[in-house]
Amino acid sequence: MEKLIVTPSPHISSSRTTATIMRDVVIALIPALIASVIFFGLRALLVEAVCVISCVAFEYASRRVMKRDNTISDWSAVVTGLLLAFNLPVSIPIWVAIIGCFAAIVIVKQLFGGIGQNFANPAITGRIILFVSFASHMTNWLPPFFYKSDVDVVSIATPLTDMASANTLDLFLGNVPGCLGETSALALLLGGIYLVVRRVISPTIPLVYIGTVFVLAFCFGQNPVDQIFAGGLMIGAIFMATDYATSPMTTKGKIIFGFGCGLITICIRVFGNYPEGTSFAILFMNIVCPLIDRYTKSKPFGIQKQQKGA
Amino acid sequence: MNHLKVFTKGLLKENPVLVMLLGTCPTLATTTLVTSALGMGLATTFVLLCSNVVIALIKNIIPKEVRLPCFIVVIAGFVTFVSFILQAYLSDLYDSLGIFLSLIVVNCIILGRAEMFASKNRIGASALDGLGMGLGFTLALFIMSSIREILGCGSWLNISFGDWYEPMIFFITPAGGFFVFGIVIAGVNIIMNRMNQKPKESFSCAECPSKDVCIGTGEVK
Repeated sequence: MEKLIVTPSPHISSSRTTATIMRDVVIALIPALIASVIFFGLRALLVEAVCVISCVAFEYASRRVMKRDNTISDWSAVVTGLLLAFNLPVSIPIWVAIIGCFAAIVIVKQLFGGIGQNFANPAITGRIILFVSFASHMTNWLPPFFYKSDVDVVSIATPLTDMASANTLDLFLGNVPGCLGETSALALLLGGIYLVVRRVISPTIPLVYIGTVFVLAFCFGQNPVDQIFAGGLMIGAIFMATDYATSPMTTKGKIIFGFGCGLITICIRVFGNYPEGTSFAILFMNIVCPLIDRYTKSKPFGIQKQQKGA
Repeated sequence: MNHLKVFTKGLLKENPVLVMLLGTCPTLATTTLVTSALGMGLATTFVLLCSNVVIALIKNIIPKEVRLPCFIVVIAGFVTFVSFILQAYLSDLYDSLGIFLSLIVVNCIILGRAEMFASKNRIGASALDGLGMGLGFTLALFIMSSIREILGCGSWLNISFGDWYEPMIFFITPAGGFFVFGIVIAGVNIIMNRMNQKPKESFSCAECPSKDVCIGTGEVK
């Protein structure tokens, strides 16, 4: 890298690099990681470790095969691995998790050119490929604290399939069956506040996304508080919809993006066949993101609106 | 042109699906199982061979202005023939191909070869061209369906691998079809680069079936 770098202005120097941002995201995910171990036991930690290690390994291997600079030191593969693990149930077979890491890192990220070039969030897409392929493994939910009970555990439904019997406090703390990192809204909110304070993410997308779900859930006759704490909404809105490469650049674009995610999520939850729609909503909005960017381009200062017929 | 070359160009160098990207619709729709893909490929090959021969025979008496309807009538005749035969003798295959069997009529590979080759060449060369292109189509479908059936259904030619093998349903969904399609095209490009043959990247307007009615390009007559 000992080349003369020529860049356009502004020439602002900052100590912030991709690695520091990604490290902040990892720090923000730690509360959710602790919550997952409390609720789902040491196997949760195993799944998370396997995902992180295999994501980093796939990133390293694919950059080697493609003869490109290695990028594992920027921590982005660690973030993808953790987020993917948080989207898997605790009972997931290890080989399924590794296939998900392969899909996320090699197919979604590296085949399209690596970090910053991916067309969709790698962890979301990895989760969807697994969900479509291995539906029975991906929906085998175990109750929290199952590892403490002596009897054989049976899998049960998530609160989203049986909304009426959900307890709001349990949903907030995460004491419900679900994916590893998505159940505890409290832990995820702590991480989100850390990211906003550290100015890693702007709060626009999470606020608009969760707000849209809240309002529309109320309009559709659901319990709005339970709806925003349940399922993968919190982790999706805070950590996945805010991915820089796949979310719009302007504030106006971010509002459209967040609203679209919220609308699709609540429509799938209320009217769709699947109990949860967060991942599909984010993937869809990721794909229309270039379109949003195109229509919300900010105008250079002082430019005049062209008159019709002029 | 050398007769062998006329035959072999359809297999790889000008493969209708993987290089010219024609006939994408049946390629994606019928490649979930190897048997239905082979059935589709061979039915198309038969129609392509027969229509190329007949169009080469009658090319001099077709008025230029109405040649596309004439080609379609010839092609539709053979497609009807094939679908009756399949319905009578291979009704399982007929059921699994469904609407895509009759849609061979509008498969752009067949119309494309009629316009680009059979209407300008002699009968023998047209027959070889039709056979080569048809087998190229069948080969592409066979490769794609093998990948999709092995990974997505856990079987090959309907022979199951057993219960220990867990298939990834993703590969038999449409998204998986597009994914496998892209990967196979990438593979063909690698092979072509190794053979130092650039895949044909553009086709001039002169070869386009709709060049006479086209008003979208700069080269309008």
